[in-house]
Amino acid sequence: MNPYTRDRFGEYGGRFVAETLMNALFEVEQAFYKAVEDEQFHKELKQLYVHYSGRPTPLTFAERLTEYAGGARIYLKREDLNHTGAHKINNTLGQALLAKRMGKKKLIAETGAGQHGVATATVAALLGMECQVYMGAEDVKRQQLNVFRMELLGAEVIPVHSGSRTLKDATNEALRQWVAQVEEAFYLIGSVVGPHPYPQMVKYFQRVIGDEAREQCLQKEGRLPDDVVACVGGGSNAMGMFAAFLEDEQVRLHGVEAGGKGLDTPYHAATLSKGRPGVLHGAYTYLLQDAFGQIKPAHSISAGLDYPGVGPEHAFLKDSQRVRYTAITDQEALEAVSLLCRYEGILPALESAHAIAEALKLASQRTKEEVILVCLSGRGDKDVETIRSYMEEKQS
Amino acid sequence: MNRLQMAFEHNQPPRLIPFIMTGDPCLEATVDLLLELEKVGVTAIELGVPFSDPTADGPVIQAASERALGQGVTCHDVLQVGKMARQKGCKTPLILFSYLNPLLQYGLEKIVQEASEIGFDGLIVPDLPYEESETLNQQCKQYHLPLIRFVAPTSKQRMKKIAHDAQGFLYCISSLGTTGVRQAFDRRVETFLQEVKELSKIPIAIGFGISKREHVDYFSQFADAVIVGSALVKKIEERSEKLVHPASRPSALQEIITFVKELRK
Repeated sequence: MNPYTRDRFGEYGGRFVAETLMNALFEVEQAFYKAVEDEQFHKELKQLYVHYSGRPTPLTFAERLTEYAGGARIYLKREDLNHTGAHKINNTLGQALLAKRMGKKKLIAETGAGQHGVATATVAALLGMECQVYMGAEDVKRQQLNVFRMELLGAEVIPVHSGSRTLKDATNEALRQWVAQVEEAFYLIGSVVGPHPYPQMVKYFQRVIGDEAREQCLQKEGRLPDDVVACVGGGSNAMGMFAAFLEDEQVRLHGVEAGGKGLDTPYHAATLSKGRPGVLHGAYTYLLQDAFGQIKPAHSISAGLDYPGVGPEHAFLKDSQRVRYTAITDQEALEAVSLLCRYEGILPALESAHAIAEALKLASQRTKEEVILVCLSGRGDKDVETIRSYMEEKQS
Repeated sequence: MNRLQMAFEHNQPPRLIPFIMTGDPCLEATVDLLLELEKVGVTAIELGVPFSDPTADGPVIQAASERALGQGVTCHDVLQVGKMARQKGCKTPLILFSYLNPLLQYGLEKIVQEASEIGFDGLIVPDLPYEESETLNQQCKQYHLPLIRFVAPTSKQRMKKIAHDAQGFLYCISSLGTTGVRQAFDRRVETFLQEVKELSKIPIAIGFGISKREHVDYFSQFADAVIVGSALVKKIEERSEKLVHPASRPSALQEIITFVKELRK
């Protein structure tokens, strides 16, 4: 049986949406299951991965960073070298291709910092589809450049003024707008969150990260890594990476959440470390919420991790202890940005810097024979302004 | 026969089911509003629990939810408002309306039991579709609190199974989209309602976008009751300040009630 048909991960997941959307979810589900079995779909997607996005992405041995940490050998899976600068395109290419097969002419997406919005606008342009991106008014203000990028690509960016005016509210609005246009539009969710089949589907399209990295590690090191590290907001790059290693029991998996200003403050996005299970955006999963079930705003220096929920499969992997979840603060992430810049000449996205920071901690505790694989999920060009203002603030 | 069945039996069409957000603009005003709505002879009243992320709602109810949250309104408060209304002699069926997460955090069984004991007559959970509702449905049956289900024009082949063991009334969604005022309705809604009516053993009510008397008249031809939410919540919003102050509250309430009366003249 196709393993992607499971709508629950233990008790987590499900389809907690308005009745109006249920039929649409079943249609997406059927189309997705059919695509998984269809050679032609795989061929088309592979073609796009290779000739449009530039896959496979390299696995880089971070020699000087390894030396600096003084322990395990650190390898970077270079998702930053994808077209549009992050792993997001793996998923948007897959879902957009599916939407096209379903005869949909319009893509709807939510975005936080704008990376998923840009990746969706990109594939919409490529496949000749209409594109509407919902973005919190606060994020629109903070990410002017990405708003302009999306518009250049022909997408319509719609600011969302409700609630905290960030990713959570953009997702609410995308869901509402999907309800209104459910017959014409396809909702292209950017992470392993939302109602079934989205967590399964996004994992399926992101799995290419882990499958390639596993193969490349075997080729270079002749064995599997001892530790695999990835950052977790909604958790799509982590899920894509972990998916290839879940069965390899000897491989330790680490998911890194945004610790913001610290887990002992209210300013973080560490849903798995500090949250409780509940229902948001169609899934039962860990959430940042108050005692009455109201969702609390998240905080992270990295907009991509700034989300009060998390993919339901991560909730399951936490409870089953297959993955260890931890958090890295804004400050530690910024230090990791500097280190990766200076030792490897790579400017990582702030999201990915959380994974780098955790990998550095782990590497220093491990022997030189051990191997750590890190998902470098995106490049940091988009964050230069944020990084600069934090660094200036620190100096003054 | 329970209170809800009796209300459908005794009230003549057009039957109205208003929705109000508890604690908008304050809990006292909500209790008074319940009592005034009873005098108009509405068939039932939906009492909303505010939620931070109301994905099925349009801008008007979203804003009401934010205002109620600003007042710190919780599930507990909504139950207390129901209790107070009952103590003051309110006999109109009261329907608890809440997104799933506030209920989950309160405790599903606890809230079903307490709501039933207080005298609520139904529960509506807009983000709990049929396929996910088994646990809550069992608990609702145990405590005799009807779990009211939705059917939408997009429900298609699922309509039959939803209607099969539905309780209270069936909540028909008039058209695609969130709650909120609509200018016009697609004529296909008639076929949809006729289909639901045929499948349903219990009354059917229609909601989403119904804001004026012409809508109420039109839909009363096909449905047993008509639900009015955003249009009423808007009237409440416009009178927030007057409703908060006990001195000006009665006149504000009368203006709101006049609007409700005009819906079914």
